Amino acid sequence: MNWLRLQMRAGLRAARQMLRQPFNTLLAALVVGIAAALPATGYMLLGNLQRLAGTVSAAPEISVFMQPAASADTVKDTEKKIRALLAKDGRVELISRDAALKRFRDNDGLSEILDALPENPFADAFVVRLKDADAQHLEALRSDLAKLPEVEHVQLDSDWAKRLDAMIALGRQALTMLAGVLGLGLVAVTFNTIRLQLLTQRDEIEVSRLLGATDAWIRRPFHWFGALQGLLGGALAGLLALVATRMLAEPMGELAGLYSLEFVLRPLAALDWAVLLALCALLGWLGASASVRRHLSRIA
Amino acid sequence: MIRFEQVTKRYTGGHTALERVDIDIARGEMVVVTGHSGAGKSTLLKLLAVLERPTEGRVLVGGENVSALKRAALPYWRRSIGLIMQDQRLLFDRSAFDNVMLPLSISSHPPREAAKRVSAALERVGLAGRDKAMPVELSGGEQQRLTIARAIVNRPQILLADEPTAHLDDAYARDIADLFRSFNEAGVTMLLTTHDGGLFERYAPRRLSLAHGKLQ
Repeated sequence: MNWLRLQMRAGLRAARQMLRQPFNTLLAALVVGIAAALPATGYMLLGNLQRLAGTVSAAPEISVFMQPAASADTVKDTEKKIRALLAKDGRVELISRDAALKRFRDNDGLSEILDALPENPFADAFVVRLKDADAQHLEALRSDLAKLPEVEHVQLDSDWAKRLDAMIALGRQALTMLAGVLGLGLVAVTFNTIRLQLLTQRDEIEVSRLLGATDAWIRRPFHWFGALQGLLGGALAGLLALVATRMLAEPMGELAGLYSLEFVLRPLAALDWAVLLALCALLGWLGASASVRRHLSRIA
Repeated sequence: MIRFEQVTKRYTGGHTALERVDIDIARGEMVVVTGHSGAGKSTLLKLLAVLERPTEGRVLVGGENVSALKRAALPYWRRSIGLIMQDQRLLFDRSAFDNVMLPLSISSHPPREAAKRVSAALERVGLAGRDKAMPVELSGGEQQRLTIARAIVNRPQILLADEPTAHLDDAYARDIADLFRSFNEAGVTMLLTTHDGGLFERYAPRRLSLAHGKLQ
């Protein structure tokens, strides 16, 4: 309890010190906020992108298009052959040319164009979904399927989703590096702020020592100062990410619409906010701790 | 209660501030140390507050060698004494109340009790009602009283004052001297340094005279 009371009083002293210099406090928090906003916004965007990728199957998928003139018997025969080729490695679904026409008419608002065409432009097709994503196996299967009679075209559909996944992984890696660098920057900013605070409060520190203050008593509010500055910066970063969400929501929705995807840009979740605030406060505390350790001993 | 045993203080560079000084001060005694500038008066107080350590000899308080206290123990020792430095060391960006509150904050007194003590200390030195004033708004004499209030708010048994009446006119200086006398009458052991020994003469304190670091 005593420890908690000491910490609370130190926190209050730090808060009072911040309120004594509101402009400096806001400026320092803004620097921290901008530094933290970049990875926070990046994280939020990547999370959304990953969610988008999740709605599109990244599992290997092969589309097999029959020749438009293929008869129903040939289609049935081809289906049997595909099942034989697959054994138990996947499943096959027939999308008849009528079903394809209906789906296109329902989804893409192109009914007027389709109505203008003399006949159904679609061919019967099979969608082959595989359990195994091995590239060699896929290529071999694609080649076998292409050799089947009256097969017009075979297409590997999962490539772009895989590329998106790879890009997200790369983005995540880059974001981690960026967050690391900016985190170091945040620590450095706090380190310098606390160094200046120590100089500003030099008289108070010296007098406090004369009056019996322990080093821990002197250090504590500076630690809190760093943590509170980090917390404030984290809150600003979260708000900046929120503003970015609002500003990007509409154009991203429109972009997704062009790919026939339903997509709503989601802001940082409550847990993300908590992690952002806790991380910023922790980094602030670390910067303050390092600064106090380095500079306090120089004050007599 | 306080004993200086063969205390010598030599500063880096070779200047000897005190040389083989022996002093015994009884509990409740009021001792005034006089001497010219550079005689070693301030060093004497600094050694007792352990702001400096003796080059030779020991400083004992209640039988304990305070000059050998470890760094971690020093804050607790300093909390038990009242220290009035020559340059006052007030915090000019804090109110009178906050200046006096500082020692109590350091020793983690409960805020309510601390506030009562601060008000009592300000009243004791004649600054009742000036708690919100900033030090710059106070006269020289009032600033010195504020320093004294800060020194006594922890109710120390030993009060050390380095030239407490320096830079004050006669009337203010007499007020301060009266104040110290009243603390001494309340049982506080006092060690004061002054260049104006006559100021405390009427209280018949024990007088020590230092010259060139040696007791006369």
